[in-house]
Amino acid sequence: MGLPGVFFYLFSAVLLGSGLMVVAARNPVHSVLFLILAFVNAAALFLLLGAEFLALILIVVYVGAVAVLFLFVVMMLDVDFAELRQGFLHYLPTGALIGIVILCEVLIAIGGYVIAPDEIATVPVPTPGAISNTEAIGQLLYTRYLFYFQLAGLVLLVAMIGAIVLTLRHKEGVKRQSIAAQNARTPATAIEIKKVEPGRGI
Amino acid sequence: MSFWEAYFWPGIWMALTSVVAMVVLLVAIAFLLYGDRKVWAAVQSRRGPNVVGPFGLFQSFADLIKFVLKEPIIPSSANKGVFLLAPLVATVLALSAWAVMPVAEGWVIADINVGILYIFAISSLGVYGIIMGGWASNSKYPFLGALRSAAQMVSYEVSIGFVIICVLLVVGSLNLTDIVTAQADGLGTRLGLAPSLLDWHWLALFPMFVVFFISALAETNRPPFDLPEAESELVAGFATEYSSTPFLMFFLAEYVAIVLMCALGTVLFLGGWLPPLDVAWLNWVPGIIWFLLKVLFLFFMFAMVKAIVPRYRYDQLMRLGWKVFLPLSLASVVVVASFLQITGWAP
Repeated sequence: MGLPGVFFYLFSAVLLGSGLMVVAARNPVHSVLFLILAFVNAAALFLLLGAEFLALILIVVYVGAVAVLFLFVVMMLDVDFAELRQGFLHYLPTGALIGIVILCEVLIAIGGYVIAPDEIATVPVPTPGAISNTEAIGQLLYTRYLFYFQLAGLVLLVAMIGAIVLTLRHKEGVKRQSIAAQNARTPATAIEIKKVEPGRGI
Repeated sequence: MSFWEAYFWPGIWMALTSVVAMVVLLVAIAFLLYGDRKVWAAVQSRRGPNVVGPFGLFQSFADLIKFVLKEPIIPSSANKGVFLLAPLVATVLALSAWAVMPVAEGWVIADINVGILYIFAISSLGVYGIIMGGWASNSKYPFLGALRSAAQMVSYEVSIGFVIICVLLVVGSLNLTDIVTAQADGLGTRLGLAPSLLDWHWLALFPMFVVFFISALAETNRPPFDLPEAESELVAGFATEYSSTPFLMFFLAEYVAIVLMCALGTVLFLGGWLPPLDVAWLNWVPGIIWFLLKVLFLFFMFAMVKAIVPRYRYDQLMRLGWKVFLPLSLASVVVVASFLQITGWAP
């Protein structure tokens, strides 16, 4: 097994434990913090597989950006914890169904690997050793899968534009900052010097 | 290969170098903090710290002892676990980024081939210490400080990312050592000059250097972008409820992150440990000296900015990040990539 094996079981155990705590924690902010722990452990598992680029991208994108926004939203929501518990039985069938579907999919994937490993092995994998991981991903992504890559970018662009369209409102009567106008101000237009007589006021 | 050769001795060596690097770093930061306060004082025609030790040199150590001996106060309504975890997270993350920083030829704890990505990932996690501390304090000012800080750090990280991509396009590697050695020849040698400081990326990518410097200020919550702890608006921001050692750890994390940004600027733009001119007596100076001098130069600039520039308003900060730096850095990625492709200088 060796040291990598020890680390694999360590990271996997922490990953599963924190995944459980995401669901079980009473405080939603604690849930998000456990989710972050799960992400970091998943990145560590990627590192053990030798996929260092994926591991760090996972941390940059999910932990550094997505989870921050998660935390942001959860912290600002004034969640009533008692109320959250009440709907448990109501959501149980849906949750159980989704869980069973995911379990079946995982079983099919692992079962396929166990029954016919040769079929799975034909999936292209970057040649290890000769070139770095980052280079291998880049070469595949920008040549063979260029259209899929651009398609994914377009989907994200549409989502971004959609979010802006949904939230952007130009209300009448709202004061806005005009940086150009602010920078264009000079003492001549902004200041008025008055001579104040003693005891009179302006 | 036995267990001892494969794991034990490398592990011991790694732990030893890490401890040495950490001790050197922390002592260096104690004096950088003193230097920061002295520069600030000099700009304001004050004397600065001058009582503890010769010229006040031991001021930082006196502060350390003061912080450690004080009583840590935990607010009764605070979320105790997260409250105490937050400064630990901040400090550990700030220190761990130094594992991949090459301070001289071969002087690096972990020479990993995605070093720059590692530093980017760790520095993007730096926000968690602040946001956790602000939330766990269960108090208005820390919470507002944490929200500001989260928005600010996420905004400026984007432009730092694009600046790093520009440098990576020129270098063609994500390894920090490769980034430094690639600056041994560059713009100056292309123009037929001898290897000198003109080869370093600061000249070829000058706009990116400026963007990086300002974004680094914002990323580390330095003035003029210290909105998360703007004392005129938010008392002490996210650190309002902290005292004693937890406060010290936040403070330490902030300065470790600042020095990390200075070191990153040195590696990306100022040629790391390379001497400014390729002449014999400058080459004899050890690389670590050049690295330190460049880091000190950037730190001096940070300190001067703190002393000179007034604090930004929050909407100005957001505008600068999203409406000025993001388009600028995005455009320069396109320009640099096209230029390298057309001239055939791409590595």
